[in-house]
Amino acid sequence: MNAPADPATLADPLVIAGNPYCSRLLVGTGKYRDFSQTREAIVASGAQIVTVAIRRTNLGQDANAPSLLDTLPPSEFTYLPNSAGCYTADDAVRTLKLARELLDGHALTKLEVLGDANTLFPNVRETLKAAERLVADGFQVMVYTSDDPIIARELEQIGCVAIMPLASLIGSGMGILNPWNLRLIIEQAKVPVLVDAGVGTASDAAIAMELGCAGVLMNTAIALAQDPVRMARAMRLAVEAGRDAFLAGRMPRKLYAASPSSPTSGLIS
Amino acid sequence: MTFEITVNGAVERLPARPATVGDLVRALNLTGKRIAIERNGEIVPKGRYDETVVGPNDRFEIVAAVGGG
Repeated sequence: MNAPADPATLADPLVIAGNPYCSRLLVGTGKYRDFSQTREAIVASGAQIVTVAIRRTNLGQDANAPSLLDTLPPSEFTYLPNSAGCYTADDAVRTLKLARELLDGHALTKLEVLGDANTLFPNVRETLKAAERLVADGFQVMVYTSDDPIIARELEQIGCVAIMPLASLIGSGMGILNPWNLRLIIEQAKVPVLVDAGVGTASDAAIAMELGCAGVLMNTAIALAQDPVRMARAMRLAVEAGRDAFLAGRMPRKLYAASPSSPTSGLIS
Repeated sequence: MTFEITVNGAVERLPARPATVGDLVRALNLTGKRIAIERNGEIVPKGRYDETVVGPNDRFEIVAAVGGG
């Protein structure tokens, strides 16, 4: 079972393609030691949406070997199949159509089209092409992209249900490198904007949420932590704290006009 | 006599030629597994495995969901 959601998160759901989710943390399922650690960490994260990749099945493997879908039953989690590893719109569309068939017509999907094997930077031209074809085919597309506000706007105009700019390179753990661009994307978007990629530790997730992101998607920051289950919990708390701080509205920054928190009168002399 | 068929980019040798995609799934011990199948680049819907005939030069892709981010 997922960690019980507190009333504050129930009253402020993340809505993607019309569906409400209590958790604003979305997690990947890769790079864990084994399925048991995968499950334990994901349950600790409180995530309801989990990403999966689509790969050629191992032929000749034990027919009774457990699968990811046994570990994380689709009845318990919302699957977000991705097109990770695809470098062309054709390959991405083909992969996501297979994913839809595999998941019995499930339309929610994470589009990612890469442009470079070293940096895993997205190829936005191919991403735009694939997004058009997928949206026309009835997919609900959550799209991984660069932090370019113009491209983000075009992806939204195509009909993507969520825009997911990188905070820094996939798997880098470098954190939020360009908060200004993320702010521009968030302020113009009418669909949820989620940071996808680059979060390294809990404070990065909190910063993303304080900027006004609707959610954060991460994998490596949890899976490659020394203690993934504990980091998963930290990320859950950071996303919730960051969201609350965003909604609460931070105090204005004042460089010099220091304002003491204690009374200035009544001091002993 | 064995039958050679291209699955996931490699040649698989089966004891006999599968008449349908359903036979192929059974021959590869994938019955009941969560998979999706492409035959010559076209998806074969789950409900049509037993009515989709396997041709001599067909190429298949069989995929599953795995961990990923």
